[in-house]
Amino acid sequence: MAIKDLTTSQARRPFQRRRKTCPFSGPNAPKIDYKDVRLLQRYVSERGKIVPSRITAVSALKQRELARAIKRARFIGIMPYAVS
Amino acid sequence: MPLYEHIYLARQDVSPQQVEEMTNTLTEVLTQGGGKVTKNEYWGLKSLSYRIKKNRKAHYSLLNIDAPAPAVAEMERQMRINEDILRFMTVRVDELEEGPSAMLQKRDRDDDRSDRPGGRPGGGFGRGDRDSRPPRKF
Repeated sequence: MAIKDLTTSQARRPFQRRRKTCPFSGPNAPKIDYKDVRLLQRYVSERGKIVPSRITAVSALKQRELARAIKRARFIGIMPYAVS
Repeated sequence: MPLYEHIYLARQDVSPQQVEEMTNTLTEVLTQGGGKVTKNEYWGLKSLSYRIKKNRKAHYSLLNIDAPAPAVAEMERQMRINEDILRFMTVRVDELEEGPSAMLQKRDRDDDRSDRPGGRPGGGFGRGDRDSRPPRKF
């Protein structure tokens, strides 16, 4: 999804990407919950690492909250620490 | 009284009835300490993402607790003694959520999204992961 956005905007104006907005801000944004694996799964890589916010466009405040949720989910065994 | 969400993992060899009994005894400990359990969810036998104490699966239970800290500490002490409990986590929250948690809602939401193909496997963001670091040369 993110990749498609970039290519279309680049076709319009080269070297100017469309500004991405934080997926957890604004109305009807999802609530970050350590029990919601499906939501958290989107913010980890194939190897199970937390994706940096500069790629996902999550705001700094929400990234901290998200990282905490992912770490809690890992502790209770519903998310992996590392996928080999 | 502070509010807590508490999740514990029980060994896969125990039966769901035994897990329920365990939950009841823990609830008993909390009520004796002057607290109460407002919600009790049993998520069932779920497979773990990694092995915990040589187990690949565990029974998950979620308790929403409204109890003073000493009561929770006493419950945690007893959980550490119990060998059927693999792991537990107590999180203090500002407010307890009503209704089923995200874990139990998951199945309904899967149905809603069945029209959308695939989704993004494993994040699907730009770059892949770094490789493990090469050995240092000094």
